[in-house]
Amino acid sequence: MRITVNVDGVGYTDDVEPRTLLVHYLRERLGKTGTVVGCDTSNCGACTVHLDGHSVKSCSVFAVQADRHEVTTIEGLARDGKLHPVQRAFHENHALQCGFCTPGMIMQSLDLIADHPDPDEETVRKGLEGNLCRCTGYQNIVKAVRDAAHHMRPGAGPEAEQVTEETRSPSHAGGGE
Amino acid sequence: MIPAEFEYVAPTSVEEAVRALTEAGEDAKVLAGGQSLIPVLRMRLAAPNVVVDLSNLSELTGVRDDGDSLLIGAMTTHYEVQRDHLVHDHARLLALATDEVADPQVRHRGTFGGALAHADPAGDLPAPALAMDATMIIVGPGGRREVPAAEFFVDYFTTVLEPNDVLVDIRVPKLTGWSAHYEKFNRVAQAWSIVAVAAAVRVSDGTIAEARVALTNMGPTPVRAHGVEEALVGQPATAESINAAAARAAEGTNPTTDGNADAEFRSHLARVLTGRAITAAVGA
Amino acid sequence: MTATVEPEIGKARLRKEDARLITGDTRWTDNIQMAGMLHMAVLRSPMAHARITSVDVTAAAAMPGVLLVLTGEDVAEEQGSLPCAWPITEDMLAPPAPSLAVGEVNFAGEGVAVVIARSDYEAHDALAAIDVEYDELPVVLDMKAALADGADLVHPDLGTNKSATWVFDSAEAGTGSDVDQAIADAEVTVTRTFRQQRLIPAFMEPRSVVVDPGGGSITMWSATQVPHILRWMLAAVLGIPEHKVRVIAPDVGGGFGGKLQVTPEEVLTLLVARRLGKPVKWTESRTESMLSAHHGRDQVQELTITARRDGTVTGLKVDLLADMGAYLRLVTPGVPILGAFMFNAIYKFPAYRFTCVNVFTNKVPTDAYRGAGRPEATFAIERMMDELAAELGVEPMELRRKNWIKHEEFPFTTVCGLTYDSGNYEAATDRAMELFGYEELRREQARRRESGDPVQLGIGISTFTEMCGLAPSRVLGSLRYGAGGWEHAAIRMLPTGKVELITGTSPHGQGHETAWSQIVADRLGVPFEDVEVLHGDTQSSHKGMDSYGSRSLAVGGTAIVLAADKVLAKARTLAAHLMECSESDVDFSNGQFSVRGTGTSTALTDVVLAAHVAHNLPDGMEPGMDAESTFDPTNFSFPHGTHLCATEVDTETGAVKIHSYVCVDDIGEVVNPLIVEGQVHGGLAQGIAQALFEEAVHDESGTLTTATLADYLVPTAADLPHFTTDRTVTPADSNPLGVKGVGEAGTIASTPAVVNAIIDAVRHLGVTDVEMPCTPMRVWKAVHEGKERGVPTTPVAAGGLGSIDAQGGAE
Repeated sequence: MRITVNVDGVGYTDDVEPRTLLVHYLRERLGKTGTVVGCDTSNCGACTVHLDGHSVKSCSVFAVQADRHEVTTIEGLARDGKLHPVQRAFHENHALQCGFCTPGMIMQSLDLIADHPDPDEETVRKGLEGNLCRCTGYQNIVKAVRDAAHHMRPGAGPEAEQVTEETRSPSHAGGGE
Repeated sequence: MIPAEFEYVAPTSVEEAVRALTEAGEDAKVLAGGQSLIPVLRMRLAAPNVVVDLSNLSELTGVRDDGDSLLIGAMTTHYEVQRDHLVHDHARLLALATDEVADPQVRHRGTFGGALAHADPAGDLPAPALAMDATMIIVGPGGRREVPAAEFFVDYFTTVLEPNDVLVDIRVPKLTGWSAHYEKFNRVAQAWSIVAVAAAVRVSDGTIAEARVALTNMGPTPVRAHGVEEALVGQPATAESINAAAARAAEGTNPTTDGNADAEFRSHLARVLTGRAITAAVGA
Repeated sequence: MTATVEPEIGKARLRKEDARLITGDTRWTDNIQMAGMLHMAVLRSPMAHARITSVDVTAAAAMPGVLLVLTGEDVAEEQGSLPCAWPITEDMLAPPAPSLAVGEVNFAGEGVAVVIARSDYEAHDALAAIDVEYDELPVVLDMKAALADGADLVHPDLGTNKSATWVFDSAEAGTGSDVDQAIADAEVTVTRTFRQQRLIPAFMEPRSVVVDPGGGSITMWSATQVPHILRWMLAAVLGIPEHKVRVIAPDVGGGFGGKLQVTPEEVLTLLVARRLGKPVKWTESRTESMLSAHHGRDQVQELTITARRDGTVTGLKVDLLADMGAYLRLVTPGVPILGAFMFNAIYKFPAYRFTCVNVFTNKVPTDAYRGAGRPEATFAIERMMDELAAELGVEPMELRRKNWIKHEEFPFTTVCGLTYDSGNYEAATDRAMELFGYEELRREQARRRESGDPVQLGIGISTFTEMCGLAPSRVLGSLRYGAGGWEHAAIRMLPTGKVELITGTSPHGQGHETAWSQIVADRLGVPFEDVEVLHGDTQSSHKGMDSYGSRSLAVGGTAIVLAADKVLAKARTLAAHLMECSESDVDFSNGQFSVRGTGTSTALTDVVLAAHVAHNLPDGMEPGMDAESTFDPTNFSFPHGTHLCATEVDTETGAVKIHSYVCVDDIGEVVNPLIVEGQVHGGLAQGIAQALFEEAVHDESGTLTTATLADYLVPTAADLPHFTTDRTVTPADSNPLGVKGVGEAGTIASTPAVVNAIIDAVRHLGVTDVEMPCTPMRVWKAVHEGKERGVPTTPVAAGGLGSIDAQGGAE
């Protein structure tokens, strides 16, 4: 099947088998190896990307279902060599160790902050319940997400990094959520 | 893990979907949100020849006000249900149970209709649908028909849906002004319910005027706790009467035994959690 | 004098590693793509024990894109036997351990055939077309049954399911008195049996191997903790000249002991790549990982503790059954032995005997998992101290205080003959109790007991120590381990003043690039940013013993210090030469050599350049300023700490909630407090997970019913509490950094703290034990039926993938 997908701001047209998982399409065909596969059952969340501005597990979406949609991966977050506030917060709060869960964790954190611009600890923990980390015990991840949210409040930094309803639209996917 | 090969069809109308399913026969699977089906395909626990993807059927998404009921499109995602103000105002129990489904990513893709059609006894949406007397609106080769939730769920992962049926809408009678609670018991946040209780009550002048209670994972299908409902109606909304009613929660259930809970423990949980669900609803 | 620079050691440096990990610019093995690369998939046995009567690969071999299908018979001649480096006794029985089963399968998940195809998808399609016929054999699962007379045998050729019996007796060793006498004389005796359930390491990155056989030598990339050991063992097992094998561990996504292995798939990928002359990749699925990567724990522990009425402990007897699974992998038999010297823990037992029987079953082999032997020991002794306290009717912390080694008694030689160099249990405990609000929580507990609150509160204590810094080579030799425990470091001083540090440790999440840079920067006075750490490639780092057992800093970090000292020694000589003074007049600080009492100075970077250009060297001095060192410790290090957990136990549902968790660890000096805290957090999560959530469950046919992350319950953020952590610092005497190691502390200490807290919450209801994991059902049954041994686990949970049959519908 022929599909046309916008990934991290670039349009791609490809022929894929219908059974091709979106994550395999990203990794194998587009070389977007920043997004990884950690399980078979959609429990670990390591493969989380955004589809039209909402987090999804790319192991549980077929590539054909992304036809005519926009995908944002961890590789599409940094702009002009500048880290996204969530990436920066993960670094500054030591929210990663081996780093394998990190792309999915960051992508889900973005989604969480879009829904909850000032999340308390419990909201963060519940909002990340679809992402497993085996290294950190989550404490610094929770801290990083709250820290990032703080830096992304309206007026707190560059407009493109703030949370607004509009930034959920696909054309802004990645930059602002 | 990698799914086996299949032919992919993405119809643009319900009729086309039914036709595609009919042509494919027993070997077809309907793909709604895919959040259960795709893992199953990856594990090769199922290997259909044809997958019929409903995601182009935009008429199956959204929540409409239909007088005494809400009409919820089968392809409405959990995320949309959670945020819908009609659901919030008139089907609070459904909104609360949907909050407990899987995790945020899955709720972005998974659909209300898909969860009902999947009919996992541990799934969180069949019991509220049953409690709220929802009606499934189904389109098949013979046309459109309506099946009440009480008749829809047949067995483990089995409903009245024929292989070439498409669940298109769910009619949910409004419970405006009722209070509700979904009490879920599981071992880790993303796990399925060991037991859960869906409860909605209408309290009038301190008396429980009406009550709806249904149980998740207390048998092959969701179970309506009729005994509890009967015991509640007309009683004062007090701890004593609630607990007395909750003691009947396991009546008529057929709980399974597995690694998380045996039948005895499940029955016990059903009673405890029913008391808690009703108490929380009354206090809500 | 120049202004004093803040010391690098002890600074909370943000990690160098993060830049690539937070942007997706990673180098996981599975990311590697090479021209012409083929993909391998493994067909695994669904049977736990069976004879393979036939394997028909005709259809699979004819499928599109398939280049090769191999069975065990096809590789029997060349695959050798997977290595076991730790024959714990002279008479230990070890069956041959094929990478691909030949004639017989011994656990469900064992490889039976492999397909090599152009794509991963095609390889998996072909797996489904292989037809294997099995003849079922009796399945051995329970260790006690396995040892009974007339038991069915996993390996009939061995004539028994017993692999080895290993004993340490303090009376025989001359390190203590006779435990039988202690028992005979005891005023109080408490005996308990605990089960250490089987666990799955569940590192987040599934294992992956790429082998490139081109260019006259073999290059293997593998998601491994142990590239150096792997290279050595590949050469030993397959007879490939070691200098023709290069092993690279690129970015590795966690290990926790689970990647401390030489795997069947590493051997097989190499064999097929060599046979086809093409690069081949194998990447496992999560289910394959759960089914075939080694598991951890799985012991039955019977303990007898004796004491006087006044609470003084007099003896400890430990009898273990340790489940090996079907084969002995790299250090399988030695894992329980690593616990042998830790059951006595921080207490002054005069008499001790440890007996371990290693048993074969038809399950995936066990091997190292975070803590490896020491969590088991710590759990058992800390549970026993609580049981003894209950028996004596004394406050459990007071019982511990009465028996632990006092800080003024260090160095202290234990009943096992180990010498604990330093420690201060009083300080850590006092701090922990203060942070915890111990007394107030005890009062709250009393209030809830009195009011009959359905949610009871319990306090769990774990005052632990561990032996880390594996390990003095001489000790390993005396324990019959097949390798040494030293570590290597080399420093390359580049002409521009930048520094390359080559380490033999192999990080997979621990942050060595950052911490090692700090050590180098601290010793050499160079900027942190100017240090590049090279690791995980046997071509650049030819010598190393890799990362496990909380050894990297205490052993590998010391090697760095020694190498840096060699650099400085030579640089000092050259600096003196250049400044035309006596070497004894040269001071070094903050990267500057200066002549004492003068204004003359020269920077290390200038000295390095001078050494590089070699225009003006003292007679006999070689050009260049590189140095290397290999450090072999003379003793283990002994981190310790006090962990306190308060749990709320819902007596109506059996649900357990952690109300608060405080730990004060003493890991000696700290290089990077940020990294240390992260290690503690992660360790706690895994230890708590053993107490509450995780268990590898097999059904009666030997099928693993927890083979997905839907069924094997790794906790999420929502399932874990906030941790309060702090440290006391008692420097280790065994290394110049004064460090002890932190990788395993959280895991070792936390499990008994949680379980003790659960028991403490409901002991007044007649509960004296709950089997791990303490599931709601087990807790509830213990409370309401007095079934102290918990309930048997039965497989197949509803919900999760376990319950989805082939008819699984759509959602």
